[in-house]
Amino acid sequence: MAVRVLMPKGSDTMTEGKVLKWLKQEGDKVSSGDAVVEIETDKVDMEVETTGVGVLRKILVQVGQVVPVGQLLGVIGKPDEDIEALIKSGAVAPAPAAHQADEPKASPASPPPTPTKPVAPPPAAPQPVAVSAPSAPAPQAQGHAETSKAAPAHSTTAKETDRAPWTSPQAGGGRVLASPLARRIAKDKGLDLSEISGSGPGGRIIRQDVDRAMVAIPSAFPSGDGGHSAAPARPAYVPGGPEFQDEPLSSMRKIIATRLTQSLGPVPHFYLTIEVDMRRAMELRQSANNLNPELKLTYNDIILKACAAALRARPDANASFNGESIRTHNRVHIGIAVPVDGGGLITPVIQDCDQKSLEQVSREAKDLVARARSRKLAPNEYTGATFSVSNLGMMGIDQFSAIINPPEGAILAVGAVVEKPVVAEHRIEIGHRCRMTLSCDHRVIDGAIGAKFLQTLQSILENPVYLAF
Amino acid sequence: MPIITYREALNQAMREEMRRDERVFLMGEEVGYYQGAYKISKGLLDEFGAQRVLDTPITELGFTGLGVGAAIAGLRPIVEMMTFNFALLAIDQIVNSAAKMLYMSGGQCRVPIVIRGPGGAGHQLGAQHSQALESWFCHVPGLKVVSPSTPADAKGLLKSSVRDDNTVIFMESEVLYGTKGEVPEGENLIPLGVAEIKRPGKHVTVIAHSKMVLVALDAAQQLEKEGIEVEVVDPRTLRPLDTETILSSVKKTNHAVIVEEGWPYCGVGAQMADTIQLHAFDYLDAPILRVTGADVPMPYAKNLEHLCLPDKTRVMDAVHRVLNRK
Repeated sequence: MAVRVLMPKGSDTMTEGKVLKWLKQEGDKVSSGDAVVEIETDKVDMEVETTGVGVLRKILVQVGQVVPVGQLLGVIGKPDEDIEALIKSGAVAPAPAAHQADEPKASPASPPPTPTKPVAPPPAAPQPVAVSAPSAPAPQAQGHAETSKAAPAHSTTAKETDRAPWTSPQAGGGRVLASPLARRIAKDKGLDLSEISGSGPGGRIIRQDVDRAMVAIPSAFPSGDGGHSAAPARPAYVPGGPEFQDEPLSSMRKIIATRLTQSLGPVPHFYLTIEVDMRRAMELRQSANNLNPELKLTYNDIILKACAAALRARPDANASFNGESIRTHNRVHIGIAVPVDGGGLITPVIQDCDQKSLEQVSREAKDLVARARSRKLAPNEYTGATFSVSNLGMMGIDQFSAIINPPEGAILAVGAVVEKPVVAEHRIEIGHRCRMTLSCDHRVIDGAIGAKFLQTLQSILENPVYLAF
Repeated sequence: MPIITYREALNQAMREEMRRDERVFLMGEEVGYYQGAYKISKGLLDEFGAQRVLDTPITELGFTGLGVGAAIAGLRPIVEMMTFNFALLAIDQIVNSAAKMLYMSGGQCRVPIVIRGPGGAGHQLGAQHSQALESWFCHVPGLKVVSPSTPADAKGLLKSSVRDDNTVIFMESEVLYGTKGEVPEGENLIPLGVAEIKRPGKHVTVIAHSKMVLVALDAAQQLEKEGIEVEVVDPRTLRPLDTETILSSVKKTNHAVIVEEGWPYCGVGAQMADTIQLHAFDYLDAPILRVTGADVPMPYAKNLEHLCLPDKTRVMDAVHRVLNRK
């Protein structure tokens, strides 16, 4: 009896396939288990085996043609058998997935033990599907178990080497692999699993991955509600400890990196601006300088220190794009953009700025800036920043956007503190406001991360007593 | 607290129960004049006489049936199998009579019988005499299955088994008979169906019974040096299973490894894994792993026998894998 050769469904995502090569030609002898045609799916090349016995009677789809899953590719049968009805009936058949190909669905090759109406008849030609059933030879009709084992015409076997992607649990159309525990914790904490990369077997997200992701979204300085926790989200750097963590890029992160780079150049910038009430920072500066006129504390010193504290609280803003991973820095080294005498620009670095007192930061900044201007920095004094601050406020600039100094992930552009009318408690009064713009490398820092960092920075500058702790 | 052997603990349990209740009697091959093939019944014939310590012919099906009848008639027999390998000959009496009589008689006939003896693999006894058959009995509704790992558990659980009104399959371990441990003096009953945490830990739960408890503890000790804290849970009774203790441990550690000496296919660990996945699914951070005997008849050759049985290294390896280390 005649048997159809169909385009198999080689994977969940496969909708069509291409005939690469006919391994048998019309008229060639075929035995059960023979591979008759090689096809290309969206994932692999594979051979289609048959359970038919006889000769390859008809090739219906030529090499190179792409046809939908379930399309009749050819017919196998006895040399003198009438296959016209089969060819007509099998134009488009339901296509079971390749790995389920042993289900005896509606295939004339394996009729049910009793004559019955066809299961799931092909919509195109419902009538004569079981046409050849009555003539089924004994060996192929020994009963249900036998027929279901003797697979229909589209029994398939992938080449061994190509098998892996089919059986991989990741092949399920982008399902995120996560342990049940990780899934539950992520749900409880409102984390999106697709943004977490898994370190378990096969990339499975396990508990520690979720825990890490939670650390990256610190609860200190929740947005807008004025709550201030002094506890840093990530413990301060301990000498001798790791200087950074490298987290492999998630597939989404890779796409963001690629797309944004294509759009805007190697470092895809975006800009966020926030206005900070500098009244208390001014008071701080005033009081500190009253106590110690020698100190000459500047707004910039306060901003540097506040940036360092904010980065400690928001470690995901203290990060670099590192090719195949995102590097989150455990140390906070802040670069200061300094114009050099005679032209040019250099960024001396205050190392471990978060660990130093405001006074130390102020002294160090003064020293570095002075020597930077006169080009007297040692190389280690202008390298290794994890974040930079550029301040053009003293030059009367209200607001501007700075360009990131790779591989840093962000730079803060600080404008002048200006007096302006502000509304406070339904009254207009004179405020002292400073506009700050954060340039972010979108491959590393998304809008929300940048915004949260700015909120935290604003919160610290508006309550600078925080810096005393 | 006195330190005695597992063997001695079982002897004490039988002696105490026979003194306490004159309906209790012991029968089996060589239990009387020879004092037991493994000397578990040492001294019992002298103390209780041939009426209560009966030497039987080599007819497991016959004398187990005798025990079932005696139990129905109101006695409380302890039937010793020289080893559980021979209990296979009595499986019809155990499965079809002992386990089902209460049900089929509409609650009229209780079968309070303890069928006990050594099981487990080792000692180069070959395929027919070196195997762990727990799951054969655990499979059957109507049977309780007990498998103690320490002398204290052996004594406390055997005493409870003798007093239980159901058929109890009490599976000892040939390899454990000589092991020693503290056993409380006096009456110390351990209830059936209650597990014990043999070692507390927080990173991974290792469930093991009988001899495998020692293997698990050994592995746990080694893993401690790597900073891995293993919680070793000994169910002690395999049916009914103390799911509460197992589940609360797994919910704490989020990782489970099940160690058993028997074959993997339909083994008792398979049942435990099912229980865990069903009731603690959202607490699992990794698939449950099993360390089992190899899925083959036990080879006679010593090196091959060794390869077939779970050992410290394999348990450690499973713990590393379940914790995603290495």
